[in-house]
Amino acid sequence: MSFFAYANALALPENRRRFLKTSGALLSGGAVALLAGAPSLARAADKHAESDVRILNTALGAELEAVAAYQVGAESGLLQKPVLDLAVTFQGHHKEHAEVLRSTITKLGGKPVEAKAKYTFPVENLKTQADVLKFAASLEKGAVSAYLGAVPVFHSRDLAKAAASILGDEAMHWAVLRNAVGEAPVPAAFVS
Amino acid sequence: MKKGVRPLFLLCGKWGLTPFLALPLVAAAAGDPKAGEQVYSRCLACHAIDYDRTGPRHCGLIGRKAGSVPGFQYSEAMKKSGIVWNTKTLDMFIKDPLKTVPGTAMGYDGVKDPKERADLIAYLVAAGPCKTK
Repeated sequence: MSFFAYANALALPENRRRFLKTSGALLSGGAVALLAGAPSLARAADKHAESDVRILNTALGAELEAVAAYQVGAESGLLQKPVLDLAVTFQGHHKEHAEVLRSTITKLGGKPVEAKAKYTFPVENLKTQADVLKFAASLEKGAVSAYLGAVPVFHSRDLAKAAASILGDEAMHWAVLRNAVGEAPVPAAFVS
Repeated sequence: MKKGVRPLFLLCGKWGLTPFLALPLVAAAAGDPKAGEQVYSRCLACHAIDYDRTGPRHCGLIGRKAGSVPGFQYSEAMKKSGIVWNTKTLDMFIKDPLKTVPGTAMGYDGVKDPKERADLIAYLVAAGPCKTK
């Protein structure tokens, strides 16, 4: 089940779902239904939803920075194929995470954060392909921990499940990047 | 009794504090910055020592008023928290950010292990002041 589907289940009461189904809106894809559910969720907004939106917005900020970081890596001239393709693929995942987070925040009545005009990265330390991969791995590891720390504080179990879905993706990125620099891809039985 | 522990118990008695309440001070004092660097790797999705990211920079943290890094966009909750960062306030916040500062943007469950928190705080203390503004 995708994040869209999780958020759909969160967003749409049964009567709303029935309406959308009969009107054909659900057939147009998860993103449409996600946005269509916004009014009902906005009405239901409360402190718990505000808290969830804050968590989602922090995650969105980090995802947007990850997209920018991979862009720096891709444009560094240090990544050789097929590693370059891998980095672009991972960047694409972060873009997808960001888009879904943005949509969900909007649906919940929040205002999504925008990408910063400029990000600071330790480019002076990135001199080889391995440097770039280790830097990316450190961000991915941080992302795993961040989502792990976010899962239990969401008030919505659907959002917690969705965050766990992203966590799994970040963990795979981390493992692949570790493997690419010759480190044990899965260093322990648990993440923290 | 070790020399460093004795004054703490004396203070506990003087102020009517239980040793339990004094635990954060003990834990923070016992932290290992090298081990703390490993714990800090959990923070790297949002933080860096030397520059602002999704979260604010951590250099110069000790003694800084919460929500006061120039140019960083904090939550209103953090700006109004009245916290000044030291080993004790850091211990409380890192243990449970959302409970310590309700409304913080740091939507994170916290570092629950006292030893890990002590190590992390030792690392943050060792980071020292910022090299540039």
